[in-house]
Amino acid sequence: MSGALPTAGVLDVRHLAKAFGGIRAVDDVTFAVGAGELVALIGPNGAGKSTCFNLVNGQLAPDSGEVRFEGKRIDGLAAHAVARRGVGRTFQVAATFASMTVRENVALALLAHARRSGNPVALASAVPRAATSVILERVGCAPLAEAHCATLAYGDAKRVELALAIAADPRLLLMDEPTAGMAPRSRAELMQVARDLAVQSRIAVLFTEHDMDVVFGFADRVIVLDHGRIIAQGTPDAVRADPLVQAVYLGETA
Amino acid sequence: MSVLRFAALAFALAVLPAGAQTIKLGELNSYKVFPSFLEPYKNGMTLALDEINAAGGVLGRKLEIVIRDDNGTPGDAVRVAEELLSREKVTMLMGTFASNVGLAVADLARQRKVPFLASEPLTDKIVWDNGNKYTYRLRASTFMQTAMLVPEAAKLGKKRWVIIYPNYEYGQSATAAFKKQLNAMQSGGLEFIEIAVPLGKIDPGPVVQAALDAKPDAIFSSLFGPDLARFVREGQLRGLFKDRVVFNLLGGEPEYLDPLKDEAPVGWYVTGYPWDSIATPEHKKFKDAYMARFNDYPRLGSVVGYSAVVAAAAAIRKAGSTDPEKIVAALSGLSFTSPFGPVTFRPIDHQSTMGAYVGRTAVKDGKGTMVDWKYADGKDYQPEDSVVRSMRPPER
Amino acid sequence: MTFASFLLQLGNGLSSASALFLVAAGLTLIFGVTRIVNFAHGSLYMLGAYLAYAAGAWLASAGLGGISFWLGVLAAALAVGVIGALIEVLLLKRLYAAPELLQLTATFAVVLIVRDATLAAFGAEDLLGPRAPGLAGTVTIAGHAIPEYDLFLIVVGPVVLVALTFLVTRTRFGVLIRAASENRALTAALGIDEAKLFTAVFALGAFLAGLAGALQLPREPANLGMDLATVADAFVVTVVGGLGSIPGAFLAAVIIGMTKAMCIALGSQEILGISIAFPKITLVAEFAVMAIVLAVRPHGLLGTPPGAPVTTPLPEQRELVPAPGRREALVAGLVLAALLALPAVGAEYTAVLVTDILVAALFAASLQFLLGSGGMTSFGHAAYFGVGAYAAALAFKAGAPMAVAFALAPVGAFVAALLFGWFCVRLAGVYLAMLTLAFAQIVWSIVFQWDAVTGGSNGLVGIWPPEILAERKHFYLFTLAVVTLGLALLARIARSPFGFALRGVRDSPLRAGALGIDVRATQWRGFVIAGTFAGLAGGVYAFSKGSLSPEVLAIPRSVDALVMVLLGGLNALFGPLVGAAAFTWLADVLPRLTEYWRALLGALIVALVLVFPGGIGGLVARLTRRAA
Repeated sequence: MSGALPTAGVLDVRHLAKAFGGIRAVDDVTFAVGAGELVALIGPNGAGKSTCFNLVNGQLAPDSGEVRFEGKRIDGLAAHAVARRGVGRTFQVAATFASMTVRENVALALLAHARRSGNPVALASAVPRAATSVILERVGCAPLAEAHCATLAYGDAKRVELALAIAADPRLLLMDEPTAGMAPRSRAELMQVARDLAVQSRIAVLFTEHDMDVVFGFADRVIVLDHGRIIAQGTPDAVRADPLVQAVYLGETA
Repeated sequence: MSVLRFAALAFALAVLPAGAQTIKLGELNSYKVFPSFLEPYKNGMTLALDEINAAGGVLGRKLEIVIRDDNGTPGDAVRVAEELLSREKVTMLMGTFASNVGLAVADLARQRKVPFLASEPLTDKIVWDNGNKYTYRLRASTFMQTAMLVPEAAKLGKKRWVIIYPNYEYGQSATAAFKKQLNAMQSGGLEFIEIAVPLGKIDPGPVVQAALDAKPDAIFSSLFGPDLARFVREGQLRGLFKDRVVFNLLGGEPEYLDPLKDEAPVGWYVTGYPWDSIATPEHKKFKDAYMARFNDYPRLGSVVGYSAVVAAAAAIRKAGSTDPEKIVAALSGLSFTSPFGPVTFRPIDHQSTMGAYVGRTAVKDGKGTMVDWKYADGKDYQPEDSVVRSMRPPER
Repeated sequence: MTFASFLLQLGNGLSSASALFLVAAGLTLIFGVTRIVNFAHGSLYMLGAYLAYAAGAWLASAGLGGISFWLGVLAAALAVGVIGALIEVLLLKRLYAAPELLQLTATFAVVLIVRDATLAAFGAEDLLGPRAPGLAGTVTIAGHAIPEYDLFLIVVGPVVLVALTFLVTRTRFGVLIRAASENRALTAALGIDEAKLFTAVFALGAFLAGLAGALQLPREPANLGMDLATVADAFVVTVVGGLGSIPGAFLAAVIIGMTKAMCIALGSQEILGISIAFPKITLVAEFAVMAIVLAVRPHGLLGTPPGAPVTTPLPEQRELVPAPGRREALVAGLVLAALLALPAVGAEYTAVLVTDILVAALFAASLQFLLGSGGMTSFGHAAYFGVGAYAAALAFKAGAPMAVAFALAPVGAFVAALLFGWFCVRLAGVYLAMLTLAFAQIVWSIVFQWDAVTGGSNGLVGIWPPEILAERKHFYLFTLAVVTLGLALLARIARSPFGFALRGVRDSPLRAGALGIDVRATQWRGFVIAGTFAGLAGGVYAFSKGSLSPEVLAIPRSVDALVMVLLGGLNALFGPLVGAAAFTWLADVLPRLTEYWRALLGALIVALVLVFPGGIGGLVARLTRRAA
């Protein structure tokens, strides 16, 4: 794994900017994420990482700049349109379908991926069990298949959410604070799953994270934002060693 | 239950085999939607029923009224009518208040081939455009009551009229009938400015202001109930009625005049019911009996309820049977005596000739009342027979 | 119209606006804090008018003279405040943990009870109160007499606005109100006694409603129609202003008051060769204003969008829906067998009543689909029922055979739902519900006014099925076939991939979107399906009654369906059937038992709501599950 910047990645973000009432939340941000790579987006509170993340996933429209996925613009597209191109994502607060079982959740994700979720005639239960089981096994949730999502422990809900995100065979996975609210041991487990997926299936992964152990333990590269600008990016070691980063960020938390 | 009572009941049941002996009238009405009219109406029915049964009933059998609430909706009315017919086995249907409910039940009566005496709905359509073989209507229609006021209006020769009406069939028909009839009686130069208000939701300030701005010579209103009370109060305050002639359909009915108490308008031309000053023997007998029975004076609803039951009994008596077709035949041309005097159901359109009182409003002893009134017999306020025939669909 | 009279009409609009604001202020306050959709607000208003009449008369008879009216107003408002507190403590408090919409059902029951209690206590006759002592006369401005009381009202509105604003922004109570309105979790975290706060706010809201009713007394006789005439207006003002926003309610009241006054002032005008009778528009003016405002501002004029997007469903939607298994199939089979046997064993009237129940069940099921699976509340579902019924009836009257006319019922409703749904799914929660209501009222007013085509307020008659179905029991079997098919299709759609997607969108729009499901398109399709099935029910209805009038698409029908769904259970498979059966049967039986059947129906609904918060159908499901 090299520390060099990929020139053209799965995700390419160029000169992205967004202001809220005169405050530049994101200011001329440019970076890329390649296939099979885990990239962490970090920064102190208010650094603009949430805004940046929401610009990338389409929840916010940028003032200027562009977001490309596999070379094509995705900024300004609706969430479902972005998803259909092959971008999966998880949320800071796990978002699953609470009234359904875990298996039904995955079945719906598969149906949506196959563009069959609009079919009012077939039966949703016709999705083969094997298909859902395979995915649940990948995130280690197979034993929970028949449980209702509303009854899941939070860590399990996070894993189910990851299962939903990967059910659509994404080529880019966006994870917003994937381990927030989880116990330390589960954090590592979840990130290991994500990492294995990235490597095996050549998925590009971009995530934000507060927990520095997770960031430095699992990211291939780290991008550091402060006041809306990228102040450093590179391998975890390089970023850790960066004096500017230490001054504005790591110094506070370390 | 005491033994004695039980014995009495058992005896009664033995002598009068349960219900088989009574003749049932199926009465449905919007008791909870229009209680101010229909509570007195119910009393009127009770009075008539008691009198008829005290005099031996009908065809030697006791008369019974089975009352149902139609909730003010045609859908529920049709359901309770079906219930009255199939479960209660009533001989005929009667009642209804709002026009849409009356029309729905009339059409059901046609479908089920049972007589229906529409007591209160005023819509002209129930005897004309949508008239049918099985439906007869008791009260003076919108057309008739308007026709009773128009000659008075024509005499005055006013040119510029503001017409204020509740925005549904009754108000619309009254407005159309008034304009048409006045144009026919008073030649040329008439101007009408119309203000439609949502039923029960008049915004009196803007309405009175708009009426003032129109600078009319006279006003024709078909408001009633709370809308009328609000209009009267606001109009008096703002001087709308000062030096202006006002006509108000139904304005003299105690249901709508009495709540106004000493603020009742003075000098308005209205149709209504001057219960306190009608001295005919029929009315005196009715009024005395009513006041003795209920310790309250009769309202117009009381007269309608009373008359409807009397008419129904008369029809069954004349038919000599409870056979629906015979009753329907008997209703045609049937004459009976109402508190307002003799009434006949016109064979041509099944409309009764029951009239209304036309007069002017006044305040007496702190209460609204009618003065200078005369009884307008319904038979004198009908269109030409040829016109009626052209409006009514072929017998069905 | 002269300029002077134009100004006077503005003044009239303002005084109407003040009256509207007073009643809406309490509603928006209650909603903001407790999230209760209080249908009984109009009833509290009506009580205010009646109590002010009674108290004023009593005080006057005690010799207090002119002041008795004003003391009566105050006493009435206070009494209504106390009644409001009692309603909150005795009824609503027990329902905060229950599904949110159940509180709406409970307040609907309160409407029924208050209506009958008022009739029993005050009689049927309208009670015209005295003119306000001290303000009984007029002031002459520019040659026009203006009632002093109108001027007084113009002042009262802003005074109450300022007082409430002061209360909310400057007092500790106000801080609590704001905290509770903006962030419920925060209230608990701050250690606020939520129970007491809710009671206090409900009492304050009720006080304002009572005050509004009492102050209306010099302008309108106390009458039994005040409750329903008021509550819809109050809701419209509240929603147009933005839920929970008191200044918003004031602004909305002014806009609506002015619009109505101007419609009347304009009279009939010739515009581009078309004569428009503006006063007729007052029938629907507030709803038209609401539709426009919500189309442009989805959260009302001064409302704020809810903070974070909701990722976890509301508690009532978390209810688990078991897949229909053998047990459910067995129950359905038994019910169907019993219904099929009915004509052979039952009386003719039973067939009539059960026809009504089945039609109501299909209508309620379509609403349950929208509400339960789709998570979209509708206060105007009757629009699609009514459009379906009218489409069938109009085609039939135009000479189409019944089969064709009947087929047009779902088609008509489909078209209407397609059009209105497009707008509605852009909104959420109560705003969505109120937009459905606005469209329903607009359709209602068109049907009501379009005499030449729809028969206007009289409606259409003579919509009887052909000979073979004319017999009641035959028509019953036809209804049973259509309704069974409709219910089966709805149940099937709910289990289809689309049904799952719809439920997914309801559970978590974020997650659904992230999976590539188009959230709005899915909701739109759900809306259209629900509307289409409502139209199917409307088609059966038209032929079962033989006549139609605009009442089929009026507010009470929408509310009845809502009550049926909630009584039956929002997520219970047989909920609509059970709810429709219970409601229709009670409405048929109770009037034969007592004159005060509405109150009795209300009391029964309260009891059902308190005992079975999951609906009767939910209870049945729980019992069968336990038995299994």
